[in-house]
Amino acid sequence: MQFFFEVLIGGLLAGVMYSLVALGFVLIFKASGVFNFAQGAMVFFAALTTVGFTSMGAPFWLAVALALGVMAALAFLTERVVLRPLVNQPQITLFMATIGLAFVIEGVAQLTWGANVRALDLGVADEPIEWLMDRTGMNVSKFDLVASGIAAGLVAVLAVFFNKTRTGRALRAVADDHQAALAVGISLQRIWVIVWITAGFVALVTGLLWGARNGVQFALTFLALKALPVLILGGLDSIAGAIVGGLIVGASEKLAEVYLGPYVGGGIESWFPYLLALGFLLVRPEGLFGERRIDRV
Amino acid sequence: MSEGRRIGGPLLEVEDVSLAFGGVVALQGVSFDVREHEVRAIIGPNGAGKSSMLNVINGVYHPQRGTVVFKGRRRRRVDPHEAAKQGIARTFQNIALFRGMSVLDNLMTGRNLKMKRNVLEQALYLGPARREELEHREKVEAVIDFLEIQHVRRTPVGRLPYGMQKRVELGRALAAEPELLLLDEPMAGMNVEEKQDMSRFILDVNDQMGTTIVLIEHDMSVVMDLSDRVVVLDYGRKIADGTPDEVRRDRRVIDAYLGVAH
Repeated sequence: MQFFFEVLIGGLLAGVMYSLVALGFVLIFKASGVFNFAQGAMVFFAALTTVGFTSMGAPFWLAVALALGVMAALAFLTERVVLRPLVNQPQITLFMATIGLAFVIEGVAQLTWGANVRALDLGVADEPIEWLMDRTGMNVSKFDLVASGIAAGLVAVLAVFFNKTRTGRALRAVADDHQAALAVGISLQRIWVIVWITAGFVALVTGLLWGARNGVQFALTFLALKALPVLILGGLDSIAGAIVGGLIVGASEKLAEVYLGPYVGGGIESWFPYLLALGFLLVRPEGLFGERRIDRV
Repeated sequence: MSEGRRIGGPLLEVEDVSLAFGGVVALQGVSFDVREHEVRAIIGPNGAGKSSMLNVINGVYHPQRGTVVFKGRRRRRVDPHEAAKQGIARTFQNIALFRGMSVLDNLMTGRNLKMKRNVLEQALYLGPARREELEHREKVEAVIDFLEIQHVRRTPVGRLPYGMQKRVELGRALAAEPELLLLDEPMAGMNVEEKQDMSRFILDVNDQMGTTIVLIEHDMSVVMDLSDRVVVLDYGRKIADGTPDEVRRDRRVIDAYLGVAH
């Protein structure tokens, strides 16, 4: 039983990290209906930029602030160059555009900072918490716990921003109905920039946490793929869904690996979430928290 | 008509507006004016171009010919966003509310343009941004009281009955404190009681706040009771313009509504 909990907690903590990636997708999808394929590239770019600045001698916090500035600039550019010319185009067009954007961002990132794997030290070691180890014998990573704390803080900040401020309300309004949003005087272009900056901010946090664990490398872009089952489970347009979906994916993949893995020769962790997502698509295609779409025929 | 309300000079002038979608002509050389503080109705059979006219005024459509003058300013191409800035608010024929948001939040979006604190202050939830929220919240509460929707304040709009949603949509437009209020069939699909309520609200808005109102309506009796002057459109052309009584007696209006005897 103790082992079960250890695996479960490890899985949930890993799940928080998946939630973070998914969160970036949800933000942009909610406000503009665009599935932003470049989110993974943004995570990579943000982390690499931070590390790049520190290697140039900047202190860590300055590097983070600079990276945030770069992400904001990226948001402005994206709105100007990619989104604005394509306004009112079918969703699939915008989706394709974000695929292109992903390649551009990946290219620019590596051109600027090089393609080597870089280490990133946040000052928290990936080792068991001794206090917990002594009392219960469970192995819970200190790093995972801190990362989860940061993620929880980020979500709390976003929740306040979305629910308590004018811009947050405008973001939700745009997500709900473009036409009505225009009629009350909300500028779509401005809102899009803000959304992309927010997504860039989330990408930065995600990139730093994942980068600290696995090294800042090109493989970070594949995180986008890991976010897919999370999104399918949680629903593309729900922040709560991204969080719960991430937790479910994290917990289930670890539990499946430990308890089902041995029967099929192991290594199922990497594809189990997709199987789960596939099952979900059959039963509840809008996800746990997604908005059910009823279309008129 | 009330004593407090004084109809002034023209607030909005539509001059020779023509609008076509490809080969389909929606409006053809339509001109009329709307005076300050009046209730102006646009009526006409289905497909007469009424909603198109409203969409031209609020910048959703850009006419191929003709101009719109608002507050003495001739404008060329206006977007809905700019129209809102100039003081034009509207409701839609098929309610366009933010369905997932509460009544309160929907009305607060109406205050969007009146709020000045920047994104950073909001993101950090600083004192000034918070105070601003409260200030505007008071204005919105006044609108809520006015429309008698206190009891559904926190309910997500999507869960409200249809007539109530129409009322909330009016509330969102009012929250913006517009000079010109465009109402696209405010009473469509309502039962008699709801229609009476809505008529009362429209008259009160006009009366107490002095808001100029342009409304589209199908229900003739409603139009006759509410409006000071009426424009009648048919197949995209203006066929009559005048007081409700004048319009009611107009031969061409009767023909358009009842069909012409051959």
